[in-house]
Formats: sequence, structure tokens, C-alpha cells
Amino acid sequence: MRKSVLILGAGSDVARALARELAQAGYDLQLAGRKVEELAKDARDLEIRFGIQSRALYFDALDLDTHQSFYEALKPRPMGVVAAFGLLGEEDLARHNQQEWLRIIHTNYTGCVSILTIAANNLEQSGEGFIVGISSVAGDRGRAANYVYGSAKAGLSAFLSGLRNRLHKRGVRVITVKPGFIKTKMTRELDLPPRLTASPEEAATDIFRAISKRKDVIYTRWIWRWIMLVIRNIPERVFKRLSI
Amino acid sequence: MVIANWNSYPRIEANLWDFRAEAEALELLHKLDSCIPRGMGRSYGDCSLASHIISTPGFNRFISLDQEQGILECEAGTSLKDILRVILPLGWFLPVTPGTKYITLGGAIASDVHGKNHHIHGAFGSHVHSLRMLTPQGEVITCSREQNPEVFSAVCGGMGLVGLILSARIRLMPIHSVYIRQKTIPAGSLDQLMELFELNEDCTYSVAWMDCLSRGQNPGLFMLGEHCTAKEAPDRNLSPPERAGLSIPGHLPGWVLSRAALKAFNSLYYTRGRANAGYSFQDLESFFYPLDRVQHWNRLYGSKGFLQYQFVLPKEDSRPGLKRILDHINSFGLPPYLAVLKLLGSQKGLLSFPMRGYTLALDFPMKPGLTALLNTLDQLVHDLGGRVYLAKDARMNQNSFIRGYPENRRFLEIKHGLDPDNKMTSLQSKRLGLCAKAY
Repeated sequence: MRKSVLILGAGSDVARALARELAQAGYDLQLAGRKVEELAKDARDLEIRFGIQSRALYFDALDLDTHQSFYEALKPRPMGVVAAFGLLGEEDLARHNQQEWLRIIHTNYTGCVSILTIAANNLEQSGEGFIVGISSVAGDRGRAANYVYGSAKAGLSAFLSGLRNRLHKRGVRVITVKPGFIKTKMTRELDLPPRLTASPEEAATDIFRAISKRKDVIYTRWIWRWIMLVIRNIPERVFKRLSI
Repeated sequence: MVIANWNSYPRIEANLWDFRAEAEALELLHKLDSCIPRGMGRSYGDCSLASHIISTPGFNRFISLDQEQGILECEAGTSLKDILRVILPLGWFLPVTPGTKYITLGGAIASDVHGKNHHIHGAFGSHVHSLRMLTPQGEVITCSREQNPEVFSAVCGGMGLVGLILSARIRLMPIHSVYIRQKTIPAGSLDQLMELFELNEDCTYSVAWMDCLSRGQNPGLFMLGEHCTAKEAPDRNLSPPERAGLSIPGHLPGWVLSRAALKAFNSLYYTRGRANAGYSFQDLESFFYPLDRVQHWNRLYGSKGFLQYQFVLPKEDSRPGLKRILDHINSFGLPPYLAVLKLLGSQKGLLSFPMRGYTLALDFPMKPGLTALLNTLDQLVHDLGGRVYLAKDARMNQNSFIRGYPENRRFLEIKHGLDPDNKMTSLQSKRLGLCAKAY
């Protein structure tokens, strides 16, 4: 039987690059997101390029009530689920604006918990498959620059870690991806240090490798694992004075 | 960031803007007052350089593929490499291909590139069924030989100056194997090479490599190619064999490609060609894209880069013309490192390069005095009614351009209609006076 992977937030640059990696490896793809018209073009591209089957589906991470019916309508049921949606938001705005911080938390955390819970229960029954959650190094320690985003990603990382612990003995793998900087639409306006910044294609290759090599937690680029090790170990009384 | 095209000259500071959806392209065109599209940067010069560059390779989806009719539609940033990867196993090939597959579909159309079969199949634009373009004023138009034919003739070969090509439908060529039956014929002189071209005009692919270092005679190798039928081919694969490639790690010091080294290479190449004269089977990769196997081969020329000078002369004047030009180069003491000769057919397209006659492409390393030499060559080429290829130009002046491209007025009229504010502007278009306002 052909294996199908569901990508949520399939319009993101990393998700699109990952879709090509998965399609090249022969997976059929269900691309879900809000911009269905663009996703339909992506799906057609993947079909022609790699001879797989692919289609586009409407999915809104914030519309929690629709998640159950969305998942039940999937045909075929995916053997892998990638949650690639996320929102950096505007941290300055979030300090004063309830709507903004709620939007950041709901997109990055609540929406993910909602759909991945449904996916996890489903995969658990079939006794195989994988879940990929794209978290962030920002979740490893809160910083003044983006702590609302960071706290949502921290929540997501903890959620994924618990999910992995729960599903391990049921044959379902859970992979936490912690990107550092990636040159994408989301970060286009930022001036990022090139040595620490991955291209979406590079990040996708890392994620694909993590799926095939049965990794648990990966950083991309890999150097971020060591950067974050240092940053996590700075004593709080020192850290609070820093601006990093 | 610092950007240069394949020949590493000129090298400029520029902003690169990429897009992955039409809506994003439209946003960019609104935001930027002046910009030029750029594909994979394989042109030799400044035709796709400006302070603001719209980079297309991220916009690279396949839109449709009719496997029975051989009609393919892709977004403009799709590379020929990606296209070949998909179509070869299905028994299709590009009807026209230049010497590298690392170019985009949009770039192939905007430069109206040609290949070794130009005398029979014309340039790339001749196989474009239709294309969609975002005009500088933000409108999406479709053009083809039937629909907006005037615009179509300005877009093919128009160097991205009338708008941003979004996607194109092209007709593919059916093949039955990935092999080419190649015939190599050594020739002792330019006269012999030209005779060979004229004797073999009905062959699909023809090209000649010429030695410009040995004075007077210009020995060379004439190469012919035909697609193999399934029966002739050494095997039935429809995917070319994978080969390990080389990569040039960094810019090499100037002496590596010294005159002595080159002389040695040329005589080796010629001797090998003579030894292998006659028929051989080559897979598509080695027949069409031998240099693609050496990644970053442009670095061989060092950080100063090189200039490629490619011109065409009308056929009737080609023989004395080529001799005069080669004599002049020889007397100047700046020999080109590589010379490729080809007989072209005629071509429509207001700024398309090919015309019925001989084209010679010469690679010169950057050296003092080169500009003076090329300026004189411009004079000779244009006195003979020829022209210089815009995709390989980094230094020609406006006067030469106007002499070489008599339809430039018509082109500017069309540009004026689509781009009255001159949004699409490159360093080259400024230098050559290709702006609507000047008209």
C-alpha cells in the first residue's frame, strides 16, 4: 500500500522543501493549510515531478472545532503527520495587545496540541507511523526579544516530548525539530548571521534525515544544539542582564 | 549582497528579492521602482544585474505535462535540469538547449537561447507555445504567436525588459534513447570547418571547436550529432548514466590558465579528437553539457573573471569577416582561451541574437587591453552587418547595439507601451539606451 504523509501548514518554505524530499522518497502527500489555491499548485508540481499522488486541503490551525472532522475526512489516513505551521507574530505588539499574544500562543501551541492529539490517537491505533513537530530554539529559553513566541514553542517542545514518551511503546515515533535561524518568508525582514542560518532546503534535508534515521530531537543547523546548550546553562542572574 | 553573473564581471552590490507565488511577485513589482529579473545567473555580463534584482529560481513549479502531446508548462524559475529530470524518462527532450542545463525556463526565453540545432530548429522561443507575463504595471497577460504576437516577439529575447515572465508552455521533442550518435571530423583550417558546416546542413546538431592560439591556420574539430533510434542505442535506458563530477573549489590564480597551459590543452584536445575521429555514442549529458560536470568551472579564470565575446556575421560575409577578425585578434596578442564556431539559421524576435550566418564565441580572460580589443571587434562585426549576443555582453556601447539590432526601435515602442516608467531596467539596458523614455 502507498504511504501518505499529511503536512499541516504546507505553505511554509520549510514545509514545501520537505514535501519535495518526501515525494522524492515516494510518499504520497496531503498538503493542508489556508492558501488552498497555492497548495493545489504545489500538489500538482509534486505529482509531475515525482510521480506521486498529492492533493491540497483547507486547514486552519486556529479553528480548533474543525480539527476532528478535518482529520476524519482524510483519505487515506496518513501514516505520518508533520505540523509545520507557526507564527512569529509581533512581540512588541504582543506586550500590549491581547489579541496578538493569543494569536501567537494559539497558532504555535494550542493549535498544534489540538490537531496532534487527534493524529496521535489515530496513529496509536494503527501501531506505526510518525509525527514531526516543528518547534524552535526560542523554546529552549525565554528571551526579551520573543518570549511569547518562545513560551509557546517551549510548551510545544514539552508536549512533543510527552507524546514521544507515550507513543514510543506503540510503535509511533515523535520527532521534535528545533530550527535556529532559517531564511524564509517569516524571517525575510531580519538580518540573520549567515553561518547560523539554514536555507529551507537544508532544514528540510535535516528533517527528512531525522525521519528516516529515527531521531528524537534535532536542531537545524546542528550547531544550534551546542549554542543552546551554552545559552540554557547561563545562570539566570547573569542571563537577565544580557541582551542576546 | 555582492552579485556577479557567470563570468564574474561586473561584480556589484545588489538586493536580491525572491518570490514563490504570483501574489508575491506582484507585491515586489509594486514595491520596487526599478528592478530586473534574474534566473540562475548564467549569463556572461550585466543583463540581469541592477540594484534590485527579482530572483526567479524559487518560483519553480511544474504546472502541467501532457505526456502524449509533449507539452510542458512550468513556472519561469524552473531549471532545465529539473525539467530534464522529469521528461527524459518519459521519452521527451528539450527541442533547444544551450550548453548548460543550469538555467531557468524564463531565462532561456528572455535570452532566446540557441543550441547546436539552431540551423534546423531555431531558438528556444520558437518552441514556446504561449507564456504568461506580469507587466511592469502589474497586469498578467498571456502571449503567443496568435495572442499579443507583438509582445511575444519582444519578450522572446527581450532580456526581461518588458516584464516578468511567470510561466510558459513549451513543446517538447520526442526521443527514443538518451544517446547521440556523434561524428567528429578534424579540420585543418577555418575554411575546412566552414565547408563542413555547409556540407552537413541537414544534420540536426553541429558545432565546431577551434584553436585560436596557433597562428594562421586555426585547426579545429567539427562535431555532428543525431539522436539515436532505440535500435542503435547502446542500451535502452531513458536516463543518462550518473557520473561523478568535479568541482573547482575556489578562484584559481591567473597562471593556471596561462598561454602555455592552454596551448598544451588545445593540442591535447585536438590530438585526442583526431584519434577519436569518426563515429561514437555519447549520452545527452556529455554531448550537450560537458562543462556542467565541472562545477564552478568559471573559477578557473580567477577572481577577475573573463569576458565571453559572441558575435554572428551574415553568411555571405562570414568567410572574409571571420578571417579579418581572427587576424586582428592574433595581431593584438590577446588570444581567446576557447573558441566555438557554429552556423546559425535565421530567427524572429526583435532582440533575438541569431541570424543566418556564422557565430563565433570567444572566451577571454580579463587582462589590460581587452576592452580596446573588443571595441575594435565591435567595429569590425558591425561594419560587416553582424551583431553581438546580449546575454554575453558586459561592455558594448549604445551605438554598436543600435547598429547590430535594427529592430530596437520597434522593441522600444512595445516597451514604452508596457513599461512607460522604465521599471524593468538593468545595468545593460542603461548602457545600451534600452529605456522607454529615451525612445
